[in-house]
Order: sequence, then C-alpha cells, then structure tokens
Amino acid sequence: MLGIDDPWIWGVYLLCVLSALLCVVYGIIYWNREGELEALEIKETAAWEESAEEMQEKELGL
Amino acid sequence: MILMAEVNWILYVVILAYLLVTLYLGYRGWKTTKDSEGYLVAGRKAHPYIMAMSYGATFISTSAIVGFGGTAGLFGMGLLWLTFFNIFVGIFIAFVVYGKRARKMGHNLKAMTFPELLGRRFDSRFIQWASGLVIFLGMPLYASVVLIGAARFMETTLSIDFDLALFIYSVIIAGYVIWGGLRAVMYTDAMQGTIMFVGMLLLLIMTYSHLGGIVPAHQALTNMAHMVPSSLAAQGHLGWTSMPAWGSPWSWTMISTIVLGVGIGALAMPQMAVRFMTVRSNRELNRGVLIGGIFILMMTGVAFTVGALSNVFFLQNQGNISINMAQGNADSIIPLYINAATPEWFVYLFMLTLLAAAMSTSSSQFHTQGSAIGRDVYETLTGKKGSQSVFITRIGIIVAVIVAVILGYILPDNIIARGTAIFFGLCASAFLPMYTLGLYWKGTTKAGAIAGLLTGTLVTVFWYLFIHKAEAVPLGVAKMLLGRDLLIEQMPWPVVDPILVALPLALIVTLVVSLITRKPEERHLKGCFKGIR
Repeated sequence: MLGIDDPWIWGVYLLCVLSALLCVVYGIIYWNREGELEALEIKETAAWEESAEEMQEKELGL
Repeated sequence: MILMAEVNWILYVVILAYLLVTLYLGYRGWKTTKDSEGYLVAGRKAHPYIMAMSYGATFISTSAIVGFGGTAGLFGMGLLWLTFFNIFVGIFIAFVVYGKRARKMGHNLKAMTFPELLGRRFDSRFIQWASGLVIFLGMPLYASVVLIGAARFMETTLSIDFDLALFIYSVIIAGYVIWGGLRAVMYTDAMQGTIMFVGMLLLLIMTYSHLGGIVPAHQALTNMAHMVPSSLAAQGHLGWTSMPAWGSPWSWTMISTIVLGVGIGALAMPQMAVRFMTVRSNRELNRGVLIGGIFILMMTGVAFTVGALSNVFFLQNQGNISINMAQGNADSIIPLYINAATPEWFVYLFMLTLLAAAMSTSSSQFHTQGSAIGRDVYETLTGKKGSQSVFITRIGIIVAVIVAVILGYILPDNIIARGTAIFFGLCASAFLPMYTLGLYWKGTTKAGAIAGLLTGTLVTVFWYLFIHKAEAVPLGVAKMLLGRDLLIEQMPWPVVDPILVALPLALIVTLVVSLITRKPEERHLKGCFKGIR
C-alpha cells in the first residue's frame, strides 16, 4: 500500500490525512454553531470591566 | 546547522522586510492593548484564523521541523504517529473536548492565564502560584533550545556573530512581546504561521515530484531497508518504512517519549491552552479546528515524511544514507537536504520558514513565562492583584528572556528534541489530570487537584534524576547520592519516559484524594460551570 509494506506505517500515513480531514469536516459542519452566547458574554465582560474600574478608582483614589 | 556559506543580499532584504512586518504587527498589538485583559488574553476577541494559526505556530517550533524531522531521517516514517497525535489529540481533542470548556470556564472565572484558570476552578491560590512556578522553572529549558536554535541559524545563514545573533533575536522578540502583549504575539504568530504553511507545502510538492511521485518515493525508501547501519539495527531499526522492533530501546523512546510525551503533552501546554480564552465564543474554536488540522498536517506531517525520504534523495544522488551524509548529527539532515535538493530561492524561503517557526514559539514562551512569574506567582503570593498585572508581567518577560539566554550558553549540544520533550512531559503530568477532571468532573476537590499537581511534578523530576537514562546519567544526581548511574538498571526502565508513570499516578492520586475529601461548595461550582452543558 502506497509503496510501504508495514501496515503500521501506511496505516498511520492514512490516519494523518484522515484526522486532518476530520478537522476540516468538523469545522465545516459546525462553522456557524455555538456563537449564541457571544452577546451575553460581551455584556458580562463589559459589566466586569466597569466594576473593575470602579474598584480601582476606590482603591487608588483616582 | 549550515544551510549555505555565502550570503546573498536578497536574503538580507527578505529577512529585513519580514522583521519590519513583524515589528509593525507588534506595534498594532501594542496600539490596541489598553488593559490587562488585552495584554494577557488579547481582549478575548481574537479572529479564528489568528487564534488557530497562532496556536499552530506556537505548537510547531524549529525543533519540530529540524530536530524531529532529522530524527525521521534517522529512524523513518514511524514518527508519523506523532503527527497523528499532533492532529487528533493536539488539535481535535484539544479544541473540541478541552478548548470549548476551558474558554467558557475561563470566561466565567475571569481567568487570564492557564494557572489562573486552574487556581480559580479549585479556589486555590496555591494551585495558581505553584503551577506558575512549575511553568517558570520548567519552561526555560524549552525556551532556550528554541532561542539557541534560532541564533545558530542566524549565525550560519547571515554570517553574523552568534552572540550578536542571540542578542538581536532576543531583543526583537522581547520588544514586541513586552510592549504588545498577547495581541502582538498572536498577530505575528499568524503571519509567521502563514509563511511556515507556504514553505512546508512547497517542500512537500518538491520532494515528491523530485522522487517521481508518492508511491515510487515510498517504494524506493522501503527498498532501502537492508541499508540500515548495524548500530541502528541493534536499537530496533527495521527500515525507514517499518515500525521499530517491539520492545527494542528505540521503540520505547519513540512510543513513550516522542509520541505519548509530545503528543499528549500538547493538551496541557499553558502557552497553547491560554489561546482558547482569547476568542469570543465556541464558534471560533469550531472554525479553528479546520485551520489547525490542516496546518499541523502540513508541519510535522511534511517534516517527518520529507525527513525520511531524504534518504532516497541522498542515495540516488550521492550514494549514501542521510545520517551518514550528516556525519552522524541528525539535526543537520533537514538543512543538508534543503541545500542539496531544492533551488536557491526555496532555500531562502525555507530559512524564513524556520525563523518564523522559531519566533512564533519563542514569543509565546516568553509571554507565558512572564505572566506565570508576574501574575501567577508574584501577584498571587503578594496579594497585589489587578492593578499592576501588565507591569509585573513585563518585568517577568524580561527575566524570562535573560534566563533563556544565560541557559542557552550553558546547555550541551543535541538537546533540542529532548529539551522539548521534557517540558511537554512535565506539563502533561503536572497539569493534565486536574485540567481534565476540573473541566469534566464537579467532584474534583481542591485537595485532589493539589495532590495530583504535586505527584505529577515530583514523580517526573524524580524519574529524570534517578531512572531515565538520557537525563539521569548526564545530570549525575543519582551517581552523587547513590553511587551508581541509575536506580534501576534493568530494561526497559531506563528508557521508559516519566510520562508513562507520572501521568497515570497523578491521575489516580487526583481521583482518590477527590473521592475522600470535602466536596467543593455548590455555589462555587455553579459559577465555574455556568453555561457549560
């Protein structure tokens, strides 16, 4: 197979290509999924930043 | 490593242009960074391409291409098992199984470094500073092998003094990392990763077309099995397209150190895990899987295939096998092959590829070490959290660069692949059990995590000092304390990598201690796992 006699070697040669293909297929299928929480998380981050600034102002008296 | 003796002005122009672009991207990173979140986790708004390429370029250093590629020239295509682990574990499992949860939990806990994620997950300051310390003390070895490799490369290709090369390289990287933080690191990584991708893709095409196509090239290599030198055959080498003999010293090294150590170790590498916390949502990680998978196939897949096939090229053109052409130094195989088999313009492109590979890894190492000693150790121990993060991390980066440079002068030759494997193995044993259980098992306790961290770290250090021959003999601690080179001389123990012992032990200890100690508070767990299904 592929000019290689040892099945452990041609096997892994194919596995490398197949695992990269798995990544490609996974990426395509889930390309637009799981972005739902984005807006909520951005709001949360903004709130933390505000509270961190307030804290800093209090602590440092700025 | 000698790629070419004469220096062409085109090369100077190309490298200068590359450095200018690097500095410009570093400047962009600095301009857009205003707070510690920007400095430590790139403001959690990185583009998936930037994130995935940065992850991949950090993962792959010159060590992977030249060091392990040369090892493939010596021992053959069995090293492709490492490529498979790099893609399947290092990208797919890392992004899908670990990355998504780490990102969400990192967001929930407002963590900005990998030790901080672990520390806050288990509500333990000890875990944060001890993990930071393991990173800060363990990483210089890995950082300095990359640094020295790059400086040696600049010395030989640009004909400049080694000390000057080391100085220029360190100053440029330190400059953009210190000022620009993780944004600068990631922007430059993405550009460097793109260069690496193009360079390696062309190398693959050239090699196969030169040797008459995929199957004829492999067949020619298979037909060379009888040419394996007797010294290598004694270690289990059965040919460049065969696995080593089971149970032979080389099979243990290949499977335990290279494939498992480096392959699995990637999951718990702090400089890579922190990347997951730089994106807005898991959607970016889904997209990153696609980019990362192809990128890694093009990096180690190509390096190991081409490294092994260099034997065919040298046999056909110069009548000898690669390791003999390289006069016994496996690190020289890839540079020699590039010089002999590719046109001059490609030699320049490949030089740039290697410089990019080294810089992208070095920059992340310095950033991670800086944040480890600054934010994780100093701030956690002194309790001065928050306001000075960026300043302290910058000081930490300067310390890390100085330590790496000093260590670079002390380290012996032929340490590149080993230095890399040691750090990967240490991270896996120290962090992987608590990282995995922390993300997936609410029952993991603070005491369990601490016990696992200590077990993984201490068993690894003990194994390197007293059992594993490749380190224990040169370090000489066993000889000094016990009067003999190794604690156990009987095979296979001297060639069994610490990861095979330390990782399972650390995992068992974490599990058992977690089962018998007080469970974490429900309220804390709710905070950690918010939004995680």
